[in-house]
Amino acid sequence: MDFLIEVIINVIKVAVVFGVTLLHVAYATYFERKVIGRMQCRLGPSEVGPYGILQPFADMFKSLFKEDIIPARADKVVFFIAPMIVLAPTMTSLSVIPFSEGFIIADINVGILFILACASLSVYGIILAGWSSNSKYAFFGGIRSAAQVISYEIAMGISLASVFLMAGSVRLDDIVKAQYDYPFSMYAPHLFIGFVVFLIAAFAETNRTPFDLPEAETELVAGYLTEYSGFRYALFFLSEYVAMFIMSSIMTLCFLGGWTIPKFVTDILPFLGSVPGIFWFLMKVYFFIFLYYWVRATVPRYRFDQLMKIGWKVLIPLSLFNLLLVAFVKRFIL
Amino acid sequence: MTVQQLFFGYFFVMILALSLVVITRRNLVHAVLWMLLMFVHIAGLYLFLNAEFFAVIQIIVYAGAILVMFLFVVMLLRLKEEQALPIFVRGLHGRLFVGLAILLVLVSMAAEATKGPMGQYSIDYIQRHSHLKVLGTVLFNDFVYPFLILGFILFVPMIGVVVLALKRRSHGPS
Repeated sequence: MDFLIEVIINVIKVAVVFGVTLLHVAYATYFERKVIGRMQCRLGPSEVGPYGILQPFADMFKSLFKEDIIPARADKVVFFIAPMIVLAPTMTSLSVIPFSEGFIIADINVGILFILACASLSVYGIILAGWSSNSKYAFFGGIRSAAQVISYEIAMGISLASVFLMAGSVRLDDIVKAQYDYPFSMYAPHLFIGFVVFLIAAFAETNRTPFDLPEAETELVAGYLTEYSGFRYALFFLSEYVAMFIMSSIMTLCFLGGWTIPKFVTDILPFLGSVPGIFWFLMKVYFFIFLYYWVRATVPRYRFDQLMKIGWKVLIPLSLFNLLLVAFVKRFIL
Repeated sequence: MTVQQLFFGYFFVMILALSLVVITRRNLVHAVLWMLLMFVHIAGLYLFLNAEFFAVIQIIVYAGAILVMFLFVVMLLRLKEEQALPIFVRGLHGRLFVGLAILLVLVSMAAEATKGPMGQYSIDYIQRHSHLKVLGTVLFNDFVYPFLILGFILFVPMIGVVVLALKRRSHGPS
């Protein structure tokens, strides 16, 4: 009986997290179009509903009813499963993110490494989408994406290793709690190099501008997405926005103190301590999501050789230096 | 039959069956995909042994890095003609005997296997300190010299590849 209740509670938790995330994706697209519109002196969507607020639903219905085109000489099975290979691991990694004190679907010991494992599985979907489309633009997009994600995953992993070293754990819950005792209650000022490296690598991991070479419109049509249409295209789109949410959550949890607020703030304004943690968590996450849009509207795309140079000659040495520095400080000074 | 045996049986059968599927595919990209599924099952087997860290590392390193490299090579080689060739080479010649000899060596080794000494790392000790901490202590403190030598061995071919690539470039693109 206890087992059954536990299962039901977990099913409800999963439903809540997935439902809220899908709604988040719907409005993240609206938010993006509005923000970028304003930055380019336009209004953004404004026709469907007041202030265009129903635009995401209009987009959703449109993509659901669109014709699903499969290229004649495509590898059909791989073409079908590629969007699912991208989406499934991305959604799964939502299950280990603690949104607030104690609100987590699966509290496992290897929390953050699990997210990295899921991220490395979803690369397959992109490569296979490019390969199975039987089109040179899609193929180039897929190959570029593989090279990019593998290169930046290393810098990302090493910069996260400095966080593990400081916190002495890879459980996201422990990492947040370990941060609370430091001044500012976050690691970002202490692990500044690691934070910056992770931030840049996160942009590359999610294929966003200035690293959106896999889907560079001006040279590759739409990269690995070229041959996809209708609902399958929407699935790729969905997983890109969920991946952005996950990357922002990792940055929030590992560098900005997760659902806590700095101790000196609650000392001055004690009533803020009673605000639920999820509010602070989402504030920090949406700061990063806004940053994604801001960068997209203002920074031009890199060339591919520049991208590789930044990854291997700048970010990886910097993150290694940061790791050694943290190890030294942790061993001899703290 | 307990639940544990059921799970173990599932992983055991699936890993064997999937490895057979991998070597019989004509399309190499499909073979790599089946191999990915096999790696996920191996990770499941590690989870079943309470070694969560190894399960995750199995996915990150083997599925996320090494197999992607395989996929890269397979996709860039454009093996259209090779796909028409028969998958297995006909005739036995000496190959069968080589295979059987290796099998014999492995089986005789397995028969002689004994349980190693316990050492200081008991299950209780590992549970008290975390899995990761114990692994780190063993790897970076107890066995630091073998670890450094391994790193050096992996470093040498990397330099070799860079030297070869630079040499070709200095002679001009060919």
